Amino acid sequence: MNKNGFLHKLKKYRVFLLMILPAVIYTLVFSYIPMAGIVMAFKKYTYAGGIFNSPWNGLKNFEFFFKSGQAFLVTKNTVLYNLMFIAFNTVLQMTVAILLTEMKNKHFRKISQSVMFLPYFISWVIVSVIAFNLLSYDYGFINGILTKLGLGKINFYTTGALWPFILILFNAWKSVGYGSVMYLAAIMGIDTSIYEAASIDGANVFQRIFKITIPLMMPTVIILLLLSVGGIFRGNFDMFYNLVGKNGTLYNYTDVIDTLTFRALIANNDFGMAAAAGFYQSVLCFITILLVNKLVSVYNKDYSLF
Amino acid sequence: MNENTTARAKRIKRGLDSRVLAFLSYFINGVVALFCLVPFIMVISASFSSEEAIKLNGFSLLPQNFTLEAYSTVFKEPSVILRAYGVTIFLTIFGTVAGLFLQTMTAYVLSRKEFEWRNKFSFFFYFTTLFNGGLVPYFVLMTRYLGLKDNYLALVLPLLFSVYNLLIMKSYIMGIPESLIDAAKIDGCGEFGTMVKVVMPLLKPAMATVGLFIALAYWNDWYNAMLYIGKDEMQPLQYFLYEQVNNIEAYKRLVESMGGGSTAAVSAMSMPTQSLKMALTVVVTGPIILLYPFVQRYFVQGITIGAVKG
Repeated sequence: MNKNGFLHKLKKYRVFLLMILPAVIYTLVFSYIPMAGIVMAFKKYTYAGGIFNSPWNGLKNFEFFFKSGQAFLVTKNTVLYNLMFIAFNTVLQMTVAILLTEMKNKHFRKISQSVMFLPYFISWVIVSVIAFNLLSYDYGFINGILTKLGLGKINFYTTGALWPFILILFNAWKSVGYGSVMYLAAIMGIDTSIYEAASIDGANVFQRIFKITIPLMMPTVIILLLLSVGGIFRGNFDMFYNLVGKNGTLYNYTDVIDTLTFRALIANNDFGMAAAAGFYQSVLCFITILLVNKLVSVYNKDYSLF
Repeated sequence: MNENTTARAKRIKRGLDSRVLAFLSYFINGVVALFCLVPFIMVISASFSSEEAIKLNGFSLLPQNFTLEAYSTVFKEPSVILRAYGVTIFLTIFGTVAGLFLQTMTAYVLSRKEFEWRNKFSFFFYFTTLFNGGLVPYFVLMTRYLGLKDNYLALVLPLLFSVYNLLIMKSYIMGIPESLIDAAKIDGCGEFGTMVKVVMPLLKPAMATVGLFIALAYWNDWYNAMLYIGKDEMQPLQYFLYEQVNNIEAYKRLVESMGGGSTAAVSAMSMPTQSLKMALTVVVTGPIILLYPFVQRYFVQGITIGAVKG
């Protein structure tokens, strides 16, 4: 019998294969079958026909999606929001991580880090109640303060132009504790003898941060940046849907590809257009990930993903 | 003498910049921490405030006219909220145990060097993070082909397996000395036995970390319930809150549009809507907030490992 034959290996690895089988079936069913399902974007979906037996529809779904005038808007919103989240979160999380390591009082450091981690543990549903508590026109805390100061109230839920700031702040709020941990880990990995050498040479604490800590954090920063750039065409559906909801007056400022797809599917039962929008998004995501991975491997081969 | 003064000058100078940095670190991180904490305090305060005070002054930092009215309304029919709790607790326990076992077993196989196909299988799993079919085919698969509408499996299955957790688990297992596994093999343990008897006991911190990641995902999930669950009695906690908050708003608008005269409007006026929403939120948030100081360090471990090996 051929020692390297396929059947021989199948037998040799049968226990491994049995152990991995549930996960393989799971992934086939829940990830690979939906990949085949992207043909829906080219079909006129009927309930009777399902994914594979519905009639072909050519590029009509895409035509509809691109001519709706929504495609450009949601793409622009998705990309701009993600760029703003990435920029703001990176700066905030790095600052917090560096300053946390500079705190001499252990208790204060522990407590503030724990408190910053708190928002990470709650759902976006709860965040939406918190947002209402702050932003409501009639009862909101912020409008309460504005009234006390003798200023006019702001109707946040009808003022679209304010939502980029609101969404950036809530996004930062929810992720500051989680994100800063990664940068903290990077700082902890820096050799302390470098700091000792610098202080003997007379570097002050700010020089120490800008000349040692930040440059040595850069590998981590760049990898995390590139990874988040890979998801630039994905909207954070959970956040957008909970904070904005079905508030149509804000859509010009807040609609992203994911929320548009969701509405087309659930509210309008428009399977064709939803599938076309989803297909468009998946392809854009895939291309950016390939590009980003190329960049990562140019930057440092060890970090590239495949 | 001269040397002494420059040394002292240096010390003073260093003292000044250290003090500035110390001030900045306490001030900036103090402010960020305060921003993270204050919204929670405001929700709790509002839940203990009287409805009239909220209508008059809006939400505030401290309770106004302290009252338990909103909580007594929430627990007037405790069975509703307790059922939602029950659903969530059941999903979280079942999903976490099943997901943890599935992920550990898969990660174990992918970490065994003598399994020549492990890289091919790793890519098979990994590829799903690069490309996916998107919401629509997934939704059609779940509702039409698997028929999981109004089925608890629709809440369990989507969160059961994650490649991110698989990678964390794998990097933990890679840290276990291979000689231990070889020794177990020589003693006559099969692969499965080795995993259960030798590897899993050594993986306790990893299992705690990944287990908590899975548990948090189940606990906070509302999205799958929104897509696949229509029956009220099957709602998990977060979706229950989502529905209640939206219903209270909708009910209030409906009553307002009917005008003030009707009896429904009068009873609706006396019903605490804003404080009720906040009390519901506190009841739903409660357990996770009480637990998080204890579980936080496991999350920190998991995130750190995840960052090292994206």
